[in-house]
Amino acid sequence: MNLTLHVWRQSGPNQPGKLEQYDAKNVSPDQSFLEMLDEVNEQLIKEGKDPIVFDHDCREGICGMCSQVINGVPHGGQERTTVCQLHMRNFSDGDTIYIEPWRALAFPVIRDLIVDRSGLEKIMQAGGYTSCHTGGVADGNAILVPKVDADYAMDAAECIGCGACVAACPNGSAMLYTSAKVAQLAALPQGKAEAAQRVCAMTDAMQEAGFGNCSNHYECQAACPKGINVKFIARLNREYQKALFK
Amino acid sequence: MRILTSSVGRKILMSITGQLLILFILIHLIGNSTIFFGPNGINAYAEHLHSLPPLVWAFRLFMGAAIAVHICYGVMLTLENKAANPGAYAVKKNLKASFASENMIWTGLLVLAFIVYHLLQFTVHGTPDVVIGLDSANRPDVFRMVVTSFGNGLIALAYAFAMIMLFLHLSHGIPSFLQTMGWNNEKTIPAFGTGGKVISAVLMLAYISIPAVILAGLLKL
Repeated sequence: MNLTLHVWRQSGPNQPGKLEQYDAKNVSPDQSFLEMLDEVNEQLIKEGKDPIVFDHDCREGICGMCSQVINGVPHGGQERTTVCQLHMRNFSDGDTIYIEPWRALAFPVIRDLIVDRSGLEKIMQAGGYTSCHTGGVADGNAILVPKVDADYAMDAAECIGCGACVAACPNGSAMLYTSAKVAQLAALPQGKAEAAQRVCAMTDAMQEAGFGNCSNHYECQAACPKGINVKFIARLNREYQKALFK
Repeated sequence: MRILTSSVGRKILMSITGQLLILFILIHLIGNSTIFFGPNGINAYAEHLHSLPPLVWAFRLFMGAAIAVHICYGVMLTLENKAANPGAYAVKKNLKASFASENMIWTGLLVLAFIVYHLLQFTVHGTPDVVIGLDSANRPDVFRMVVTSFGNGLIALAYAFAMIMLFLHLSHGIPSFLQTMGWNNEKTIPAFGTGGKVISAVLMLAYISIPAVILAGLLKL
């Protein structure tokens, strides 16, 4: 199939950018979206032009590196799918596709489709851990975790930190990301001890990194490639209220 | 004070003041419905309500403070959120956000404008349509005042429009306050979404029924 692409090109941070049009010819429906871009890039290199710069790593849908807004939806709108796992069979011959970077104040564009997502790392550094003393290996099952709690924590831990929630949020908020980390650790006995300190530190770090406030649009859950549920935001709100009285 | 400055803290304040305002909307509707019992209903209710001025003023100040907090943080958070999202997408498709959730600031400000007009009209008696007088039992004749004003189609229409704005505001506001308080899980999220819309619609229709019934001539002087 043949496609018309409108891709955001920006030579560097603080540089003006614009959408540029490219033709993707003879695209196989079995190709992934990133493979299609690889071929467009090969053609651009042959023509002596700068290839389109985009983030990618595992191409298995688990690393959270790929980050493109395709036709107005982060990761392209196929439910629970990252860009790398989005296949060209979802498009039709003659389609026009708009490809843009994540857009949020906290995600400045580095180049073309790559944005600086270190804001998410700052939130993580503020409290996305449990403090522990080093020493001998603890006995297996020394700390019992009920199955329901383990499952709940695993659901939250599915977050791959790609930032699609921020890209989709009308407020540029990272509340879904933050809540997944807060809920995951608050649900486990190892994380409970620092739960109050963690929720305050992580939400403060979110605010400081320039992310907006959550106003419950739930656009984040709809765009999340891992289907992280907004129930974790409710959990974060509960944890926050408990912390207010500590 | 963490709650006054933090992202989640201010959201909780928005939620609590919102809940107080919803409670007021419910009580006000029950009070207003005394109009269906005729002059003896609403005039007796109004007289009873105002028989203890210190209580009336304490209540007014309390509600005024709740509204002020709700508006101040509403405006502040909206401005911050607009700044956090530069809105630079050439193409943006919403998957879940609704017209109501995206326009909370505008429906809220229109409801505020309505509250100012409503107080100016029926509390301060400052609009030209207002008829003040006493009824046969020597009570302020609220029934005559309301029926005369709502007899004007334009005024009735303005009230109906304001109630549609209130419906939009509450249809996102009700599920939203439950989520913000943390009273939510995977099962309740869709239920509260639907429930919020239904309750908002019932409140809107109940409020609109008053000018509608008057305009239809079913409540007459």
